[in-house]
Amino acid sequence: MEQPALLPDLFRTEYSKIVAVLCKYFGMPFLEQAEDIASETFLLASNTWGLKGLPNNPTAWLYTVAKNKAIDFIKHNQVFKQKVYPEIIISSQTSYVPEPDLSPSNIMDSQLKMMFAICNPIIPVEAQVGLALNILCGFGADEIAEAFLTNRDVIYKRLQRAKQKLREENITIDIPPQNEIAVRLDAVLTTVYLLFNEGYFSSSQNNALRKDLCIEAMRLNVLLLENATTNTAESNALLALMCFHASRFEARINNSGEMVLYEEQNEQLWNKELIHKGEYYLNNSAGGNQISTYHLEAAIAYWHTHKQDTQEKWENILQLYNKLLQVNYSPIAALNRTYALAKVMGAAIAIKEAEKLKLEQTLQYHMLLGHLYAQVDLNTALSYLQNAENLTKRESEKRLLADLQIKLQHLP
Amino acid sequence: MNDFLLVFRNDVALSQTQMSPDQMQALMSTWQNWIGGIAAQNKLVSPGNRLAPAGKVLATNNVITDGPFVEIKEAIGGYIIVKAENIDEATTLSEGCPILHVGGTVEIRMIIPMN
Repeated sequence: MEQPALLPDLFRTEYSKIVAVLCKYFGMPFLEQAEDIASETFLLASNTWGLKGLPNNPTAWLYTVAKNKAIDFIKHNQVFKQKVYPEIIISSQTSYVPEPDLSPSNIMDSQLKMMFAICNPIIPVEAQVGLALNILCGFGADEIAEAFLTNRDVIYKRLQRAKQKLREENITIDIPPQNEIAVRLDAVLTTVYLLFNEGYFSSSQNNALRKDLCIEAMRLNVLLLENATTNTAESNALLALMCFHASRFEARINNSGEMVLYEEQNEQLWNKELIHKGEYYLNNSAGGNQISTYHLEAAIAYWHTHKQDTQEKWENILQLYNKLLQVNYSPIAALNRTYALAKVMGAAIAIKEAEKLKLEQTLQYHMLLGHLYAQVDLNTALSYLQNAENLTKRESEKRLLADLQIKLQHLP
Repeated sequence: MNDFLLVFRNDVALSQTQMSPDQMQALMSTWQNWIGGIAAQNKLVSPGNRLAPAGKVLATNNVITDGPFVEIKEAIGGYIIVKAENIDEATTLSEGCPILHVGGTVEIRMIIPMN
């Protein structure tokens, strides 16, 4: 009984390809029609395959049906006939309309161009991430809502507004011209980065879904590397960063689905292949003349693939955080830098620096100070951990913090 | 919040002493750790620049003199820009500056925005 699993799998991989190709073929004002045709194709597949059994080549079947539906659409839609049809004929320099091309190379090309269309500055960033998931990765509003820990209606409305904007502005589906590419690629990389983080750091308990988000972000990044224009030092650095992080995916969650802290992870579970890939992309990222935040974060992540505490490791991590904070401040980088500082210079110096950070409202601040004080002043450490426990609303974190306090109290 | 320029001055003769690559690396780390500490407080506006010890001074009537400026004993070696509520906070941020370890000084000046 393989069949029940096949269609959802195909949906995940093929739906977004069909949408990208058809949307690029029709033009952005017809995004909705492209989505409808892709959905109808899968609906027909589930009905037909259920009755008649699987076709020999399910993917080819889907493409043929989608193609026929698309041709049918352009023949019968009046707006398309009067406005877009003539333009396609003129641009293709033939007297007939070329068929939608579902070859692997055109699928890649269409998806890449759709990435740029979606990551357009007129769309708010959080909507870009949602759109990328929906249009480029084939995630439904329910799944996106679960990943973002929000309700379906919020996501649905956000997607509808963003799609309306794309249609109204008739965003071109193309790789931006040379003078815009740097800025536009920046926006694409930001979206890919956020997409990955959504999967890697989100508090959603659905691990399969979180992993899917990470894999999709990496797939989109690979797409960027396969095109000469977008295969830049920065896009290589971002993929390196994601490979290094993703290498710990299996080790950071235990059998009961709870987070395992870095120190307690079994490094046998780290994915060596992903670490090697990360190193490969990190080497590729060296050519550029600018060090981006992705380079710095990838280099930090690289050092974290070395489990053993060495002076060299923490010296390097500290210097990388020093640089990262000068380019791009974030509270989490400030706290991580202080952790590295403690490893290099000891807890006393790090405590002084930590107390200057003024991040009392963040959970990690109290966890860091709890950790640092554990070596110096037990009662203060316990009160920081208690603060952290009070600050978090998540049960799993509350348990983790309560356990830490008990462990500390029973230290010899 | 205002921006403040921190100007580092030290003895020119001292800054020209030869250092081994290891010493140089260690000195760089010390500076980076101090600047990183300010950046971690989200108080760094610009990591500034280091200045070469040699230079020239142009005065009225195109009178040019060569540096280093031995006659003023302490020359500007570099600067950064930080943000702070007031001059006292900016002065506190300057504490720990590596220039102080070699007998130099940090001069703290508020930047007046040009509107």
